[in-house]
Amino acid sequence: MTNAKIQVEHLSFFYGAKQALSDISMVIRDRQITALIGPSGCGKSTFLRCLNRMNDTIHGARVEGRVLLDGQDIYAPGTDVVDLRRRVGMVFQRPNPFPQSVFDNVAFGPRVLGLHHKNDLEEIVERSLRDAGLWDEVKDDLRQDALGLSLGQQQRLCIARVVAVRPEVILMDEPCSALDPIVTLEIEELMKRLREEYCIVIVTHNMQQAARVSDWTGFFWLGKLVEFGATGDLFTHPREKLTEDYITGRAG
Amino acid sequence: MPRETFDRELQQLQDRLLKLGSLVEEALSASVEALRRRDHEAARAIIAQDEEINRHRFALEKDTLILIATQQPMASDLRTLAAILEITTELERMGDYAKGIAKIDLLIGDEPLIKPLIDIPRMAQKARDMLHRALTAFVHGDIELAQAIPPEDDEVDALYQQVYRELITYILADPHNIEQANYLLWAAHNLERTADRVVNICERVVFTVTGKLMEFEDAE
Repeated sequence: MTNAKIQVEHLSFFYGAKQALSDISMVIRDRQITALIGPSGCGKSTFLRCLNRMNDTIHGARVEGRVLLDGQDIYAPGTDVVDLRRRVGMVFQRPNPFPQSVFDNVAFGPRVLGLHHKNDLEEIVERSLRDAGLWDEVKDDLRQDALGLSLGQQQRLCIARVVAVRPEVILMDEPCSALDPIVTLEIEELMKRLREEYCIVIVTHNMQQAARVSDWTGFFWLGKLVEFGATGDLFTHPREKLTEDYITGRAG
Repeated sequence: MPRETFDRELQQLQDRLLKLGSLVEEALSASVEALRRRDHEAARAIIAQDEEINRHRFALEKDTLILIATQQPMASDLRTLAAILEITTELERMGDYAKGIAKIDLLIGDEPLIKPLIDIPRMAQKARDMLHRALTAFVHGDIELAQAIPPEDDEVDALYQQVYRELITYILADPHNIEQANYLLWAAHNLERTADRVVNICERVVFTVTGKLMEFEDAE
């Protein structure tokens, strides 16, 4: 498969006895945006969290199948999970900046990774804020409290925080659901710019957002991947009746 | 159903498309009838009626765009609305063909026809019949009906060839016939094109139902 970044093979996921994902296989391509859609509880967020082992922390969670990142199974014994989460970063629904300055938020990850040289940090912070489209708005006062930023700025700050550690994949879990429509469009434009360098996977309830922003779309239903395909095809002529019913608003 | 309002509005657009279609069907028959009976008054009425067709077309187009903008339709809903826009354009052009035939009646003026019109009314009848069934196929999503219509275009083409050959003999027999023969040939050509556009509508039915963009081949 061309430019496959993540290959998911027969992935099933259980919360204790309850099966949340059944036999999911999917290829996620590099430098593309893959959107995951489906009704609440369909398993799309659970699936997203399997891609950087965020579900590991849940008691009683169990994974079957394989998730290959650049061909390496991230669930293989001996995997460095901290490094995995650096390589596969995550942006959440509500912006969650630390109650610190803008600078310290972005520098947090690099510092944890052992980078303390002031010039290097400044360079990384500027580059990351530029990548996140926030630099021009905050460059005059990097010491300002991150919590004083608008919600849209806070979300871009969180994206800057992720890109600061040079990830390969960015997972986004409903990154715009707390944002107004204009800010949402800004984040979507940002995603399209980030797509030049990163593999992006986004979970969204907003079908129009998936249609606008993504190259590939997967439709989840009751823990199964019903359909996966090029976004243009899936939204104009889906192969599956269930997909059709969901995206035309007649099921779910 | 969660999309009752949308479904109702979509249904209304389809009803209006049928209404537009019936205006065009009527104009096609009436234009050939005016030509055959040399009824200039009827011809002028058809030319005026084309304005009505154009108004319907623009209103339908506008409301279709509004529905797309406000409801963000996907999949088959989106294909249906896209098809309505396409078919509306085809119908408007067919209306122009009917108007063109009415104008030919006026251009020929009070000259008697060089020959009685037999095949041209047949072409009109056939094209009208094809159009009616194509629109029925569209609103019912009846792909079998849509696929059965394009082969009938060959019959219209055959009639056109017949009219063409016949008019050539009139031209050869007497050069004074050239002008009127040309006009009549143009009327036949308009009907031939009408049937071609019906085939386009059938292609849109296939697209709406299956999502496949395709072209029906001429039998030749």
